Amino acid sequence: MQECSLTATDLACRRGGRVLFHGLSLRLQSGEALQITGANGIGKSSLIRILAGLLPPFAGSLDVAGTIGLIDERPALDPQQPLGKALAFWQRLDGLADNSTERLGLANLLDVPVRYLSTGQKKRAALARLIGQGAGVWLLDEPLNGLDRDAVKLVETLASEHCRAGGICLIASHQPFAVPGMGQIALADYTP
Amino acid sequence: MTAALFQLLRRDLGLLLFGSRRGGTMLPLLFFLAVAMLFPFAVGPDPKLLARTGGGVIWVAALLAAILPLDRLIEPDIELGFFDQWALRGIAEEWIVAIRVLAHWLSFGPPLMLAALPAAALLGLDSQTLSMVELGLLAGTPGLAALGIIVAAVTAGLRGGAALAGLLVIPLAVPLLVFGAGSLATGGTSGTALTAAVSLVLLAMAPFAAGAAIKAARG
Repeated sequence: MQECSLTATDLACRRGGRVLFHGLSLRLQSGEALQITGANGIGKSSLIRILAGLLPPFAGSLDVAGTIGLIDERPALDPQQPLGKALAFWQRLDGLADNSTERLGLANLLDVPVRYLSTGQKKRAALARLIGQGAGVWLLDEPLNGLDRDAVKLVETLASEHCRAGGICLIASHQPFAVPGMGQIALADYTP
Repeated sequence: MTAALFQLLRRDLGLLLFGSRRGGTMLPLLFFLAVAMLFPFAVGPDPKLLARTGGGVIWVAALLAAILPLDRLIEPDIELGFFDQWALRGIAEEWIVAIRVLAHWLSFGPPLMLAALPAAALLGLDSQTLSMVELGLLAGTPGLAALGIIVAAVTAGLRGGAALAGLLVIPLAVPLLVFGAGSLATGGTSGTALTAAVSLVLLAMAPFAAGAAIKAARG
């Protein structure tokens, strides 16, 4: 995997007329993982979107080397299409042969339309999309929502493997998440 | 990049063409025929009146049919997170919109031109008027498609977006309608040429206007 890094300096985020957090700096190199913790509504998702470049920060600067893969509450899979076809769209777009469906327990769901999948199954499908993307920087917004205990373990394993392979993992979650050597930032420390 | 755009076009066509999930082509088409069919009931079966006004009716019906799919053109992909994922992969919104205008036109322009044949028969149009209508639709429907995408992008995510989209498209489609339907009364091809000119302007604007709207909606 190519060398990647993520540097944010003095980030501030303002939503709906109030500042959610400010003065947040972080620096991640290849192989590092970081968890952002905090209560609901504290700005974890906004931070993830800022880091992904989808939301302009209110203040501060951002420097990302490497491609970004994002998981949030929206799986970006066509609801009417069978899971296999919906994933195949992203595979063709990303141009990577992906065989993670077996591992994620999706192999026997491939001909089920996405809208019939449960929350946890959709999350697994989104993980398959993420793995198929081959991105260096993983931004995971509440990746454990709706997952059962085995799947939580699996996501933790996937994240550790990704870091060992030289990737970066940034997880925003209020749930405990175990990756060896992972740092933690409590977003509450940066609220005004 | 080209390969990615081809995949986008393939997906868009799969979603918008016949029998697909976003209403497909059939609903606007049946709606178009229903309007054309209702008109003689409303104004009476006088053949002369129908032949004189029929071309305009086809144009208005085409405009109304173009409004039907608006809320399914952009908004679902924003809500499902597709646009964010494309942005992460470096695919510009402008390209996505350009592809979608093409797919949207393919799913409603040519089918509408086909449906204009039975509609013309119902209204008793002569062959000369019919060929003018068809030529006008060929020149005008790309503009309607571009306009539809622009308005769909601007109204995506707004409450009551669907109704607002219809309300916005109608005044903006006036130039197309004036030149397209107007050419039927005056004869000659100048009206059709002006329709095509309006279409080209709308086509050139669509990727940038709709792309900017999608980006603004993200923040």
